[in-house]
Amino acid sequence: MGLKKKDLVLMGIILCIAAVCSLVHHFTGEAGKGIVAIKVDGVTEGTYVLTEDRRIEINHGTNILEIKNGEASMIEADCPDQICVHEKAISADGESIICLPNKIVVEVESDKESELDAVMK
Amino acid sequence: MKNRVAYFGVFVALALIFSYVETMIPFQIGIPGVKLGLANLIVVIALYKTDVKEALLLSVTRVVLSGFIFGNLASILYSLAGGLVSLAVMALLKKYADLSIIGVSVAGGVFHNIGQLVVAAIVVETYSVTGYLPVLLVAGLITGFVIGTVATEMIRRLRNIDLR
Repeated sequence: MGLKKKDLVLMGIILCIAAVCSLVHHFTGEAGKGIVAIKVDGVTEGTYVLTEDRRIEINHGTNILEIKNGEASMIEADCPDQICVHEKAISADGESIICLPNKIVVEVESDKESELDAVMK
Repeated sequence: MKNRVAYFGVFVALALIFSYVETMIPFQIGIPGVKLGLANLIVVIALYKTDVKEALLLSVTRVVLSGFIFGNLASILYSLAGGLVSLAVMALLKKYADLSIIGVSVAGGVFHNIGQLVVAAIVVETYSVTGYLPVLLVAGLITGFVIGTVATEMIRRLRNIDLR
């Protein structure tokens, strides 16, 4: 028993796909400082510019998003797992913070619409 | 195999215990949604020691029970999607591709993550979750490799026990 040649081929293919995906994401995701869109249950609740520092209460205060130094991060959430709070601050186009229990998606969007359409993910 | 029901019970109990043990391991590496998937070890072993039907039943039972005990309806949905996609891919590869247990387990780990990602994309109605795809692919590869290595050793030691 042990590794066969085809196992290594399989792992190589997976790594290649991962590398290509992250490269595509990296190059299409760099569009400078944009805006964050907050969606609750798929409905856009509001969009905010990243250049202006502020705190936003989402969903009547279940989550609090902070925009600071051109980055957005979730600083408070009422869910037990706190996954969105532990996520790193987002700033590049296409990055997102997602809170599944409260169905909240915070997504950075470029201010140029055409570039957003070209994002391959 | 006259003791099938008994062995199935042991497998379910083991899978549940592994689910519980996993909640106690601080395996947080800063990436949300990434965990070792110890319970999948039992599914891999069941797939090799019994058959696809038993492994499927085990996987579903495990997900529903551990979902009720440790999680909620949402986590059942995600685990079920991941578990079923993962098991389907593993069963197909085991049957048609010349892979070792480690290779099958790696594919299982990767497709477990892909299944969950698809459900997440549908539930939150955004496609930006796919930004995690490369991270989840690599994570699935690593956890699948670990689980596959352990499963290889366990199946080697269990070869005298016939569960079919």
